[in-house]
Amino acid sequence: MNNLAKKFHQDAAHMAENVALRNVIATGLGKYAEGRDKKIADFQDWQKARETASQIKRESLNNLPQNIQQLTEKLTSRGTHIHFAATGSDVCRIVLNILRQKKAKLMIKSKSMTSEEVHLNKALEKEGFKVVESDLGEFIVQLRQEPPYHIVFPAMHLTRYQISDLFHDKLNSQPTENPETLTMIARQNLRSQYIQADVGFTGANFAVADTGMISVTENEGNSRLCGSLPKTMITLIGIEKVIPRLEDLPLFLPMLATVGAAQNLTAYNTLYSGPKRPEEPDGPEEYHVILLDNGRSRLQKDPVYREVLKCMRCGSCLNVCPIYKSVGGHTYNATYSGPIGSVLMPKLFGMAAYKHLSFACSLCCACRDACPVKIDLSHLLLKNRETLSSQFAPKYEKLAFKGMSALFNHPLFWSLGKKLAWIGQKLHPLIEGSAIDPAQCWTATRKAPKLVWHSFKDLWKKYKS
Amino acid sequence: MRITLFAPCFIDALYPGIAMKAVKIFENLGHQVNVPEELACCGQPAFNTGHWDEARAVASKVIESLWDAEAVVLPSGSCTAMIRKFYPELFAESPLSEKACRLAEHTWEFSDFLVSHLKVTDLGAVFNATVTFHDGCHGLRELGIYQQPRELMSHVKGLTLVEMEAIQCCGFGGTFSAKFPEISTTMGDSKINMALETGAEYIVSNDSSCLMHIRGLADKQHRHIKTIHLIEILASNE
Amino acid sequence: MTIDFQNILPKTETEYTAMVNLFANKSADLTTRFVKVFTQREIGLYLNTLATQEKWVSIASHHTPLTDESVIAVPVPCLWTDQGYKIEELEKVSASITGCDALIAQTGSVMLSSRTAGGRALSILPPHHIVLATKNQIVPDLPTAYRMIREKYSPNYPSMVSLVTGPSRTGDIERILVLGAHGPRKLTIILVEEV
Repeated sequence: MNNLAKKFHQDAAHMAENVALRNVIATGLGKYAEGRDKKIADFQDWQKARETASQIKRESLNNLPQNIQQLTEKLTSRGTHIHFAATGSDVCRIVLNILRQKKAKLMIKSKSMTSEEVHLNKALEKEGFKVVESDLGEFIVQLRQEPPYHIVFPAMHLTRYQISDLFHDKLNSQPTENPETLTMIARQNLRSQYIQADVGFTGANFAVADTGMISVTENEGNSRLCGSLPKTMITLIGIEKVIPRLEDLPLFLPMLATVGAAQNLTAYNTLYSGPKRPEEPDGPEEYHVILLDNGRSRLQKDPVYREVLKCMRCGSCLNVCPIYKSVGGHTYNATYSGPIGSVLMPKLFGMAAYKHLSFACSLCCACRDACPVKIDLSHLLLKNRETLSSQFAPKYEKLAFKGMSALFNHPLFWSLGKKLAWIGQKLHPLIEGSAIDPAQCWTATRKAPKLVWHSFKDLWKKYKS
Repeated sequence: MRITLFAPCFIDALYPGIAMKAVKIFENLGHQVNVPEELACCGQPAFNTGHWDEARAVASKVIESLWDAEAVVLPSGSCTAMIRKFYPELFAESPLSEKACRLAEHTWEFSDFLVSHLKVTDLGAVFNATVTFHDGCHGLRELGIYQQPRELMSHVKGLTLVEMEAIQCCGFGGTFSAKFPEISTTMGDSKINMALETGAEYIVSNDSSCLMHIRGLADKQHRHIKTIHLIEILASNE
Repeated sequence: MTIDFQNILPKTETEYTAMVNLFANKSADLTTRFVKVFTQREIGLYLNTLATQEKWVSIASHHTPLTDESVIAVPVPCLWTDQGYKIEELEKVSASITGCDALIAQTGSVMLSSRTAGGRALSILPPHHIVLATKNQIVPDLPTAYRMIREKYSPNYPSMVSLVTGPSRTGDIERILVLGAHGPRKLTIILVEEV
């Protein structure tokens, strides 16, 4: 077992004990689920929406190189600087170059999981630049110096009391139990930073190929401010986020809001087609768009795993996942948590390192049914397991399954095996649940089921005669 | 009708009474039952753990034995899903492909077979208790079985069904329960809490593997809730 | 592929009065203040009342026939953004008054752009954003609105097009809704029927 896997087990065990935190998560996701179901009901045909969205994404990914070319041509024609980043460190290098060129000191950021993926903040801070997260949830977790807990709800693991203490500690604010007052503390604190920032940074939810536009979805308006006030704007986007046409947005935007945030639409869905135009009064003078690959084009070439690139990062698979609810976001120790993370992390960042995530799933398929673009996540986890078991399974496990196949396939072995197991179980209570119990992984927390002397096959034979 | 009852490994070794009751239910309805004595397992444990070759070794025997049966019925949603959904994929490019697809077409989960295929909903059962129902995930999401067991229970005299707050996995998940006992147990606890909140005396399910997990947890922690397979209720005339 | 929106997205209306009613209902859900007036003069009167109620110190706007006429009636200084402005000054105003590209009945949204709303910041930085729209600007649904954007601008798109649905909001603390996270705490939409 590697260190990541060990830590996963340890943290999962801690979460099992932490009933209070699990309740915070359950309450948050409970509120979400109620709202989401109402918003889904507003659609005339939600299943058809899912099917259509899935087809458009699939079509788009099949033609990914052409779509990217169209996107970049259009964006370039309006004066946007396009950068291709093959890896995460390329992104950091590109952003550092822009900051140095602009003699920037402060960069204000809106939410971007892709920037988490490439560990951008760390790289910039190491070089002496100040980076401020402006999304309220991200602002909170940045003050706590921890990664977001969830793809969409970064601070969902914290209560208002903890946030009040945090603000009191770090911002010298008066303690308060009022979420509105807490929000206003963050608003006040960030206002001057938007104005002082040399560079505004955003993530993106879609890139529209045929008009050459970047689409950013948000609720707070912080991303709009990042894209309005600083003189230089940077957007980081994974290459898989390209959609073919402007007319696809009226489908994707309400779907993303519905499953991502339990809203009909989020407050701001903004399209950026380039830097400030000469006749416009404001906006950034320079606009840089960084297109990140980081393993995505490798997945695009695999017809099975291409499906996972349909993901819009809405978080709805996390929200329905009983594993996520049990272990929480930080236990995954991965940029992308929950079912999408368990599929993606091993494929993008190393099968060996993240293999435990592919097995940490009861295959309940709730994620697949919740996914707005119909990614068969549970099946992709099975595919991960197939690859992993042929490459990394311990010898004893392979041997055990070979033995089981033989046992199941020979009626004599099977019937003898049942009798022997019955005899063995008579002695089991002596050690049941203890450290020397070979079935300890079951019996430490559960009673073992009782084997019977007369199996169904025995009863059936008797009944027939 | 000639019904092939395939009682999977854990029902054979742990809960033979459930399969015997299924036999009696079908015979009382005037059908002929046969049991493939040479088969023990559908191959799902190996398949779900990623050992697909070992799964194929077990599954190919099932296919050869049952592909030309009239109807194959299993008292387990999970094993049924294995045959119906995953055999065709597992044998997609093999000589057994056609037989695997044939088998998938005439394989049924018990409650689904009664309601959707035989169109039987009232078995004249009597069961005086308040119960809650746990949907096994594979039956629910791979096979779309939701209404069928509820339909059958609605005709059981004396039975009151109270639903849990949410539909959620019990945390069994086959080898997952042994590889990640800390998570599996947390999920099972949450399931038991939800069931207890309904005030029901029993958790009923059409999947024995889920019940085995829930039972094991409840016994270890001395939590007072009984577990029972749907078939036992349908065969009851207390 | 073309999308069969008609049978997928939430239901909407196509007749003017029904669209206005739907827009009003959606606005109420979103806590957007929606006001329908008949004449341009009434906009001025309404803004004047707001100025008193909310104790406006200054406002900001951009030049359009509709905003020019309406802003005259507001008895506080106005910062015009058209020829550029100081961010620090825009940050201090009590409210902003802008035009828009369309109102969308289906969702209660406003489509605006850097060209129709006085640049990028005017509609997001001040604490109260007031949108002025005319009768012919209300459209049934999102597909119509995005088609309209293409027809109106292609290939010379404004550098920013934003679909605004309700005032700025967040649920990041215990999933409890708070209005005015970073953008406007209040969104008022005034629809004038006769211009």
